[in-house]
Amino acid sequence: MLLNEGQVRIPSGCAIAGIINRQGQGFGGGKIIDCIANMHQRSNGLGGGFAAYGIYPGFAEYYALHIYFDCKESRNDCERYLTKNFNIRLQEPVPVRKQARVNNAPIIWRYFAQPKEECLAYTQLDEHEFTARAVMHINAAIPGAFVASSGHNMGAFKGVGYPEDIGEFFRLEDYQAYLWTAHGRFPTNTPGWWGGAHPFTLLEWSVVHNGEISSYDANQRFLQMHEYRCTLQTDTEVITYSFDLLMRKERFNLAETISVIAAPFWSDINDERIKRLRRIYGGLLLNGPFSIIVATGNGLIAVNDRIKLRPLVAARKGEFLYVASEESAIRVVEAHPDEIWSPGGGEPVIGLLADRENLLDLAPHNDSIARPA
Amino acid sequence: MAHNIMMPAFKVQRDEERCIRCGVCVRQCANNVHNLDEDGWMWVQDDKCVACHRCAVLCPTRALNIIEYPLDFRGNQHWTPASIREIYAQAQSGGVLLSGMGNPRTYKNYFDHLLINASQVTNPSIDPLREPMEMTTYLGNKNHHSCGEKPQLKLDIPLMFSAMSFGSVSINVHKSLAVAAKSLGTFWNTGEGGLHPDLLDFGRGAIVQVASGRFGVHPDYLDNSAAVEIKIGQGAKPGIGGHLPGEKVSQDVSLARMIPAWSDAISPAPHHDIYSIEDLAQLIETLKVATRFEKPIAVKVAAVHNITAIASGVVRAGADILVIDGFRGGTGAAPMRIRDNVGIPVEMALAQVDSRLRDEGIRSQTSLVISGGIRNSADVMKAIALGADAVYIATAALIALGCHMCQMCFTGLCNWGIATTRPDLTKRLNPHLGSERAINLLAAWKHEMMEMMGGMGINAIESLRGNRLMLRGIGLSKEELGLLGVKGVGE
Amino acid sequence: MKVVAWTEYCLGCGLCEIYCAAQHDGYNGNVLKIFKKGRPMHRSRLLKAEQGTWLNTCMHCTHAPCINGCISGAIKRDPNGIVYVDYERCVGCYSCVMLCPHGHVRPWSERHQVLKCDLCRDTGLPSCVANCPNGALQLVD
Repeated sequence: MLLNEGQVRIPSGCAIAGIINRQGQGFGGGKIIDCIANMHQRSNGLGGGFAAYGIYPGFAEYYALHIYFDCKESRNDCERYLTKNFNIRLQEPVPVRKQARVNNAPIIWRYFAQPKEECLAYTQLDEHEFTARAVMHINAAIPGAFVASSGHNMGAFKGVGYPEDIGEFFRLEDYQAYLWTAHGRFPTNTPGWWGGAHPFTLLEWSVVHNGEISSYDANQRFLQMHEYRCTLQTDTEVITYSFDLLMRKERFNLAETISVIAAPFWSDINDERIKRLRRIYGGLLLNGPFSIIVATGNGLIAVNDRIKLRPLVAARKGEFLYVASEESAIRVVEAHPDEIWSPGGGEPVIGLLADRENLLDLAPHNDSIARPA
Repeated sequence: MAHNIMMPAFKVQRDEERCIRCGVCVRQCANNVHNLDEDGWMWVQDDKCVACHRCAVLCPTRALNIIEYPLDFRGNQHWTPASIREIYAQAQSGGVLLSGMGNPRTYKNYFDHLLINASQVTNPSIDPLREPMEMTTYLGNKNHHSCGEKPQLKLDIPLMFSAMSFGSVSINVHKSLAVAAKSLGTFWNTGEGGLHPDLLDFGRGAIVQVASGRFGVHPDYLDNSAAVEIKIGQGAKPGIGGHLPGEKVSQDVSLARMIPAWSDAISPAPHHDIYSIEDLAQLIETLKVATRFEKPIAVKVAAVHNITAIASGVVRAGADILVIDGFRGGTGAAPMRIRDNVGIPVEMALAQVDSRLRDEGIRSQTSLVISGGIRNSADVMKAIALGADAVYIATAALIALGCHMCQMCFTGLCNWGIATTRPDLTKRLNPHLGSERAINLLAAWKHEMMEMMGGMGINAIESLRGNRLMLRGIGLSKEELGLLGVKGVGE
Repeated sequence: MKVVAWTEYCLGCGLCEIYCAAQHDGYNGNVLKIFKKGRPMHRSRLLKAEQGTWLNTCMHCTHAPCINGCISGAIKRDPNGIVYVDYERCVGCYSCVMLCPHGHVRPWSERHQVLKCDLCRDTGLPSCVANCPNGALQLVD
């Protein structure tokens, strides 16, 4: 019997795409579907998915939890856990459109929730950390339940099938988002589990990724020391946690984060601080071929491994920034971009909302332990 | 004492058709195995032969061969020839059996039960001839909250020369390794015998040892170093000290060790100021203060049964580098029973310690260096994938310098000029040739490691460190796989 | 060019003499054959003294007394500066033996000619240098 993601490590090849309107103006999901559909051959029908930002403006202050359940019992277990820890403003099934090429869909619900004050006080955690741990708890300890996304004003829509079919299944044309990312998956031995499809998300992070990381175990074991449990055993999960650790917990800026994840060669580093970062976080260097798009509510960055072993193309047209595995995928939705280029290895493409400076807005650091100087 | 009832261990075979009576063997054997009289007769004393091969290698006509003495005992799986011979030897001498080099017994070698991964289709392998391949390693405390304050050792290759004291080995061994380490961008280790005045210039490239005898330790010695290593134990002889016989304590050795010439140099079994872990913490702190917090402090322990707890204690006591020496580790002299029966394999110790330190969240406070029987670049790769930051080699380096593993280092009669302080024997190791051979060896290993890393699709050594998915065990039980933290082949 | 001995690393093993003999007289390095069938005659000698051992070998002097003193023009210098004996011409007068201040030319009484180092000029690297097990001999300009 084939094992699910999480029970065995499953590498996969892929197509990725991302579009952002830097003014934060929403647009329908049709554009990103056209984009990813054009790279049909880069997926094999065993996984497709989207992340969309800005889709729940009415519930912006709530964590939007998209949760997949295998059965009703799982949902009951999970809701019992949720109601104990969160105030839930609204819970409802995610609207879907049944269609022939998408089968075996789980029960899919969304919850708009906030951690209970008393739970935060009791655990002495901030609400992000509390919610992140709750997500990890549900995924690891509630059988048959899986959190597909958990950020504010965003959601992940993913499943087993070709991405364009998944997009239609989730009625993405009905959503207005200012930032979309998409993923078409070519896994090599997945049984086709909806939870295993991408994007992978945690809080407002979403990551789509193409590649196979040779340093997986070194990264995973490093993250373990910082209390991340890589239960899915996928590269994407490791990438997401790495960004979360570096940017949310350690509060490094984008450039510093990239200098760890796609570290320049020792011989090319002149800055003593970057050298120090590489020494300390060498365990987070992602080695092997990858192109990734990491997104938050503030925008996206796309980056290649440091010797560019996977394709990545970027383009700009007005306030729109496009990134995709192939140029054709961009041309199909924007035939005449102002600028189109192929970024070098380890050279990030950054697309942030016009008024933002970083992927995360972090409250001032009140941690008593000094940041690395 | 009556007639020695032990037959020789080796038989020297001389091909009379080839022997030209040139006398090279006679002049080269410090054990006086070969004799040539005025009448041109050769006389061979087999019982003095240690199979160091010096005569055979230098014989210009290849007239010499040395074999195990072919006199068989009646077959007995329990009373093996070695066990019988050891009893003869002890019945004759009444003493502890001594031996040199590492544990030669047939215990399971876990390195030989691990296989390395390579990329196929789903990710590309990297060609080290065309793409950069980074082997640079930093050793030291990398605790992220204290970054920038802790000193680091930069290694261009994740290999260093392990501790061998001057006295146990010749000055020319130190010269060879010091020059090689400098040229390779790595470090050598002085061992516990201090630093010879000729080598002061190489001090900055040396990890200087502070052992239980405190030989040669003084402020300049500590200052003139790259790092300081506290030697608690040694894989070849965990739990016991050392004894450099007075005959090896020449004027030079006495100078470096700061002890009277021709007196025995005895390293006590424990440090007599370290009877517990908190004492170690004090010594570490003392050395940090003495070196103005400018140098990493390493602690070397032998791999013994409760190594994980020991390792955790040593790291929490402040060791910037933890060195674990496995039971295959070499020595100049050790009681044979201890060498052969005490300690555990370094592969297991490493896997367990790395996991334990990670579980405790203190792995980044220290760098893990392992030693003890590393034979080739594949062993190094496997050690790093199991979790080591770098690897120490000593026996392999000595073999590169000419050692033939006769295991008689403690006699001081090394025919290869390695484990001796006799000037006429010492000069047999020309440090210019020695350093070149050591450089060649490590350069060759480096190439091989780059090829293997490229094959795995990895272009920086830190991405291999602790990357146990790159390993699969073969012929190991489930329990062993679990302890090593690797999957079995086919999984 | 000349061979320089590094006394510090000379072991006194004597292989230089052995390989020297075997490289000459048409034996082409066959040690066994020259010692079993022929008359091994080494050109340079291993000396032993209190301060150690070293190979005593011709320095191929710029102003070589042996060349100047040779009555038959048998001692010559080749284009590389190597001083050698032309055995077609050597008549065994031993003037060179007497003239060499270092004792680098020796009588070859059996053939009534002389022996001296020719740096193995016919075969490449001098045999003593190539076969020294400890790198104690070096060919220098």
